[in-house]
Amino acid sequence: MGEKQLMKGNEAIAEAAIRAGMTCYFGYPITPQNEIPAYMAKHLTIRGGTFIQAESEIAAINMVYGAACTGARAMTSSSSPGISLKQEGISYLVGARLPAVIVNIARGGPGLGNIAPSQADYFQAVKGGGHGDYHMVVYTPETVQEAADLTMKAFDVADEYRNPVLILGDAILGQMMEPLVFKEPSGKKFDKSSWTLGNRKGRKSHLINSLSLTEGVVEQWNWELKKKFDLMAERELMVEEYMVEDADVIFVAYGTTARICRSVVHQTRKQGMKTGLIRPITVWPFPTETIAGHAEKTKHFFVVEMSLGQMIEDVRLAILGNAKIHFHGRPGGGIPAEADILKQLKAILQS
Amino acid sequence: MEHKIIFAGFGGQGVISMGTLMAYAAMAENKNVTFYPAYGIAMRGGTANCSVIISDDPVASPVIAFPNILVVMNEPSLDCFTDRLQEGGTLLANSSLIRKKAARKDIRSFYIPVNDIAEELGDSRMANMAMVGSLLKIMNTVTLSTVFQTMKKTFSPKLLKVIDINQEAMKKGFHAVQL
Repeated sequence: MGEKQLMKGNEAIAEAAIRAGMTCYFGYPITPQNEIPAYMAKHLTIRGGTFIQAESEIAAINMVYGAACTGARAMTSSSSPGISLKQEGISYLVGARLPAVIVNIARGGPGLGNIAPSQADYFQAVKGGGHGDYHMVVYTPETVQEAADLTMKAFDVADEYRNPVLILGDAILGQMMEPLVFKEPSGKKFDKSSWTLGNRKGRKSHLINSLSLTEGVVEQWNWELKKKFDLMAERELMVEEYMVEDADVIFVAYGTTARICRSVVHQTRKQGMKTGLIRPITVWPFPTETIAGHAEKTKHFFVVEMSLGQMIEDVRLAILGNAKIHFHGRPGGGIPAEADILKQLKAILQS
Repeated sequence: MEHKIIFAGFGGQGVISMGTLMAYAAMAENKNVTFYPAYGIAMRGGTANCSVIISDDPVASPVIAFPNILVVMNEPSLDCFTDRLQEGGTLLANSSLIRKKAARKDIRSFYIPVNDIAEELGDSRMANMAMVGSLLKIMNTVTLSTVFQTMKKTFSPKLLKVIDINQEAMKKGFHAVQL
């Protein structure tokens, strides 16, 4: 066990990435994720890696593409408007079958919005964002400890499937400090020699791109990608079920709002109300089966998001009309208040 | 045990430092802790605040809607946050800069002249440390000696030479409160 440290979520993500063997980081400043590039600038270079403050977010994601081509573990991070700029690059990474880790410490939008926490990038994260048929595993940590753990895991998952992985946090996760202990990285080795670019002495040449104008080739690539996405969906799901067994109302929330809901669960359980929480830790793949299973006996599902309601669509698809769905959301940097959730919850229980 | 503390004041008064120090010290005592600053718009003379939750159990929500302890270093912060203090909660106000009293009767209030305490030591910048001392006495959760050890670990090297005066201010703040 390592030593317990107090760190900001942003710093924990940066340190975890370095420990996971990330050697190339490219970024462009934007609040509330600036501590990530700042940490990399200070720590990555002296530990043998490469840090570049790119001229733009688009440059940064394409530098990630370049570094990934060589087999290096590469990462970029940004916040909502910057992540929008990276979407083309993310689509290219999937198309070229390149592993990378992208971190979105989301802020209020649309547009330049503000610097407050938000979960309004859910659709962008799980429904595409960039063009073409693609998916990537999306992790939504709720604590600083989990942010570090999932960052380490993200690099393994990216390498295993040769696909980008997204860490979706919000300004609270990025800015808050909590104690954490860094776990040992898995140490898994991935043989990338069959596809990486670089010194080609003694081997045939490799080509990495996402373009083919020959009929049927891109379709074939897509069918191969689908096999990979199916495997990711089957094997990479992470979900926490908290006090759901006897629950009359189950909250569904991820990241920061899951913690707010957890507080409400604690309060209401003390008052004898049976509430529980399903917390997707991956929002892609989404815990459809988990939610569907509980919809057979729990009548009410209460979705809480820092948005106008995005994940609620996936909850609806899981429940398929078998239970009632309620929603509480705050857009544009608003943070759901426990008191408001509680008030709505009581109305549901009395209905 | 769970304390939900909001620290507030002018930028430059060391409000974030108070919260950070409490978070480090609570961690050193194996408490669960979450520190969350108001960020991004910090400047000297502007407003600054941060939240610290210290708990025996894992911290659920990191957001404090209603603190049970409120530490205010200036009058605008008193005006801004006092309404949010839980019933029966505790207010610590810097009476060197706050001339009025809180209007609420359902809270426990302590008025500590921390700027004056700091001036007596010859450095008004120690006001925040005096306030931390008062807070420690009132909270009775984290000990003065833990905080002293924490300071040694967390202060940057250039600040180590002022550690004594910081600790002196903290002791004075601690003893300034009568329970």
